[in-house]
Amino acid sequence: MAVVGEAAGLAGLHVRPALRDRLDLPRRVVFLAAASMVAIVFVLLGFIAWQGVQLFVQNGYPIGSVISTTWSPQDAPISFGVLPFVAGTIGVTGVAVLISAPLSIGLALFLSEVAPRWARAVVQPALEIFVGIPSVVWGWLGLTILVPFLRTNLNGLGFTLGFSWFAGSLVLSIMILPTITTITYDAFRAVPQDLRTGSLALGTTRWQTIRHILLPAARAGTLTAIVLGLTRAAGEALAVQMVIGNRPTMPTSLTQPMTTLTSQITLDMGNTVFGAPDNNVLWTMGLILLAISMIAVLLIRKLNRSGGRR
Amino acid sequence: MSAPSQARGALRGTSGRTIVADRAATVVLWALGGFVLLLLGAIILHFVIASIGVVSPSFIFGDPSDTELGGVGPLLWNSVYMLVLAMLIAVPLGILAGIYMSEYAGDNRVTDTIRFAEEAISSVPSIVVGLFGLIAFVNLTHWGFTALGGALALTLFNLPLMARLSEQALRAVPADERSASLALGATKWQTIRHVVLPLAIPGIVTGIILTAGRVFGEAAALLFTAGLSTPTGYNFGNLNIFDPKSPWSPFRPATTLSVYIWKTNSEGLSQFAAQIGDGASALLLGSVLIFNLGARFLGRILTRRLTAA
Repeated sequence: MAVVGEAAGLAGLHVRPALRDRLDLPRRVVFLAAASMVAIVFVLLGFIAWQGVQLFVQNGYPIGSVISTTWSPQDAPISFGVLPFVAGTIGVTGVAVLISAPLSIGLALFLSEVAPRWARAVVQPALEIFVGIPSVVWGWLGLTILVPFLRTNLNGLGFTLGFSWFAGSLVLSIMILPTITTITYDAFRAVPQDLRTGSLALGTTRWQTIRHILLPAARAGTLTAIVLGLTRAAGEALAVQMVIGNRPTMPTSLTQPMTTLTSQITLDMGNTVFGAPDNNVLWTMGLILLAISMIAVLLIRKLNRSGGRR
Repeated sequence: MSAPSQARGALRGTSGRTIVADRAATVVLWALGGFVLLLLGAIILHFVIASIGVVSPSFIFGDPSDTELGGVGPLLWNSVYMLVLAMLIAVPLGILAGIYMSEYAGDNRVTDTIRFAEEAISSVPSIVVGLFGLIAFVNLTHWGFTALGGALALTLFNLPLMARLSEQALRAVPADERSASLALGATKWQTIRHVVLPLAIPGIVTGIILTAGRVFGEAAALLFTAGLSTPTGYNFGNLNIFDPKSPWSPFRPATTLSVYIWKTNSEGLSQFAAQIGDGASALLLGSVLIFNLGARFLGRILTRRLTAA
C-alpha cells in the first residue's frame, strides 16, 4: 500500500497533497460509506441501551429486581428475574461448545494435516454449505427429527428426553461446527511447515507432532474460534427456541426443558405491549445479549493481537 | 502434505503404543471427515424425500391455506423482493466501504475504529438487530411492519460482510496494476474506477451471492420488522407501490419464507403444518444450495473471462 501512496503523490505533482485530498470527492464518498458502520454501531448501542433501561427508568423497578431466579410476569407477586434466561443461555451455549469444539478441532486437523487433496476438495465445500443452512431449517430439523428421535429412542435409559437442554445444545453444536472448524483450520495452516518437518525428522509420529507442536502453536487461533462459536451460539434464536421447550425456570438437568434470552425475546415480544414492564424486561434481555456479543468482540481482538505477536 | 507419509519410515524406533495412538488418531480424524459428509448427505436426502408429494408448482406459486396444503407463493415472493431491496442498499454501500478500507485507509485510529465497528456489527445477534429495527424502522418511523423496514434491518447485518468481502477482493488485485496505472498519469480515483475495480469484480460478485444466501435464510431479524403477516393473492399488474396490496409495495407487512417456517411451527394452525414446514424448508435449502453453487460457478466464469480479455 505504501508504494501506491507514494505513486499517487508523484502522479499529483502539480497539486499540493493537502489541497488535493480536500478536493478529493471520491475519497470523501467512500470514507462516508465506511464510517456509516461506526454510526450504525453507535445508534444501535444507543437505542438498545436506552430501551433496555426503561424497565428501571420508566416502570420504576429497582435494578436489583431483575437479579432473581423467579420469572412471573403476569401472576402476583410479579417478578422479572432474568437469571433463568441468562443461566439458560450460558448453559445451552457451554454444552454446545463442549460437544462441538473437539469435533471441530478434529475436523480442522483432518482437513489441514490428514486429508489428501480430493478429500479436502469434498469436505470443504460441504462445510460451506453447512454455514449457509438457515437457522430455521436447523430448528425445523431439530423439531421434526431430533426431538422425536430422542423421545422415542432414549426412553429405555430411564429418563425422558424430548424438548430439552440437551436437544438445544445438540442443534447448536452442529450449527457452530463449521464456524469453529474454518477458523481453527486457518490457524493450523498458518503454522510454518518447518515446525512439522522438524518435529517429524526427530522421529515423532504425525499424532505426536499434532499434539505437541501443532496444537500449542495454533492455540490463539483455536481459542478465537471457540469464542466465535460461543458468540454465535449465544445469539442464535429460532433454532434453539424450537427445540428447548421454553420453560422459564433455572436450568437443572440436560434432560429438562429450559429457556434462553433469545427464546424469551422471540416468544414474548409480539405478545406484550411496547412500554409495559413485561415488554421492557425483554429489551433488558436484549441489552444483556448485546453486552455479551460486545465483550466477545473485544476478547477476540485481544486474542488475535496476542496471537499475532508471537 | 507428503511429509507425514515420508516420516512413516522413521517409526521403526518408536514404541508400539505411540504407533497405535497415531493410527487411532488417523482413523478418528478420517471418521470426522466422513461424518460431515454423511450428515450433509442425510439432510439433503431427507428434504428430497420430504418434498415428494409436497413441493409442486401449485405449492411454490400458490397462496397459503388453512384448510388444505396450499402454497408458499407470496412468502417466496416476499423473500426475493426483500432480498433485492436489501441488496440494493447494502451492495453499493458495502463496495464503497470496501474501497475505502482497501485503497485509502491508513494505519491509524480512524481505520481501527471502522474495523472495530465492522466486527461489532457482524457479531450482534440477529434477534438484537431485529429489536433495533423495531425501534428504528417500525416505531420511530410510524411505518408499522413493512418490507422496507425488514430490508433495512437485513442491510444492517449485511453491510459489514459485504464491505469485508469487497475489501478482500480489492486487496487481492496486485499492486503492480495500480502502480502501472498511476505511472501513466491516471489519478487515484481513475485507477480505482478503471483498473482495480474491474479486476476485483469476480471476487465482489462471489461476495454478493454469498451475502444474498445469508440474507435469504434470515428470520430472527425479520420477526419484528417485516412482521408475521402478509397480504396474499398478489396481483403483479398492480404497480402502485403505495398500495399495501401491491406485491411491489415496500410499505406493507411481508412475511418471508424462513419466517413462515418458524410461524408454521409456533402457531401451527393448519393440519398440514408438517408438510408445509418440510416443503418450505426444502425450498429454502434448495435456494441456499443454488446461491452457493452459483457463487462458485459465476466467480469461476468471470475470472476466466476477465483474465482472458
